[in-house]
Amino acid sequence: MTGKPNENGVSLTADEERRRRSRSNALGLVLGALAILFFVVTIAKLGGNVLNRPL
Amino acid sequence: MSLATDSLAKGTSLSKGTESGVSMGTAGDFFALLKPRVMSLVVFTALTGMLLAPHVNPVLGFAWLLAIAVGAGASGCLNMWYDADVDALMGRTAKRPIPSGKVTPDEALAFGIVLSAGSVAFLGLTANWLAAGLLAFTIFFYAVIYSMWLKRWTPQNIVIGGAAGAFPPMIGYAAATGSVSLESVALFAIIFMWTPPHFWALALLKTEDYRRAGIPMMPVVAGEASTRFQILVYSTLLLPVGLLPVAMGFAGPFYAVVAGISGLMMIARSWTVYRQPEGDAARRAAVKLFTFSILYLFIVFATLMAETIVGLDRVRAVAGVLTGALS
Repeated sequence: MTGKPNENGVSLTADEERRRRSRSNALGLVLGALAILFFVVTIAKLGGNVLNRPL
Repeated sequence: MSLATDSLAKGTSLSKGTESGVSMGTAGDFFALLKPRVMSLVVFTALTGMLLAPHVNPVLGFAWLLAIAVGAGASGCLNMWYDADVDALMGRTAKRPIPSGKVTPDEALAFGIVLSAGSVAFLGLTANWLAAGLLAFTIFFYAVIYSMWLKRWTPQNIVIGGAAGAFPPMIGYAAATGSVSLESVALFAIIFMWTPPHFWALALLKTEDYRRAGIPMMPVVAGEASTRFQILVYSTLLLPVGLLPVAMGFAGPFYAVVAGISGLMMIARSWTVYRQPEGDAARRAAVKLFTFSILYLFIVFATLMAETIVGLDRVRAVAGVLTGALS
């Protein structure tokens, strides 16, 4: 059932791989969402000053 | 040695994991650590507090709500980390991610600390440090004062610990304004007064679980009769406290009617609990009080939110027209 360490490292069972994929996907989505959130919040905090810069 | 400690000594599945040391938790298990139902209530009450502010940027308001929700979830996660031993002994909580062996205690601790720090820092950097400080204090109060100290020490655990659940409207208001107002304190008082009848109704249903786990909940320590009486007292106090927004002038006539009727229904349900001490009728009464208490908080805050969004002047004008039409 569970993967054990061997000379090639740890081999995961199918169930462990499925669970790790679930965590990886969620983490990827959260990181992407955070990047968007930080960008949107930055723009919202700057407000009209976003356009107020020398060209 | 307490029952809870015994269970740890006997080696429950608290740190099962796998032989390879690979986590067995899915994304859903980690999400469950955040107590999503509690989080939704926190979002709802924090939003109500935020809307009391004169002006809120909707984008920033959404981001602050997210930070408050994640902070609340982090405190729930730390609570599950600390309480895993007693959770394993109670039917209601035995399937939580840590006692069921899906997430190890170390993973939960790290998850809770990272989310706590992240949510507080985010709120501080994007809103203000008063709101961030209040969020940090709420997390500390729930995870340390309530979970680590009050819960296993005194039957007043959920009365004092209820403050943690009552802070979100104040945090929401503080995020939007940078200050704490009497209005947000009134919302704090409503949730604070609501917590004992809500939680003790559940405790009446799970008394044996709490006794087995060695948690000094009110029905375990003072007995069910005393708990029923105290439920009635707190529900009675909740009625005037629920009407504080009207007395303070930031809620209108519709809120007054809704909070008044809902408050009376809380008292009526508590009275039934008080008068039905035994058997299936007692159990049904406790279930009805518990479910209605959730509805109470929802409709009271939803009405306040609706009146705030519509505007009190318009609400009073509509009420005037309706009163005129009826008379």
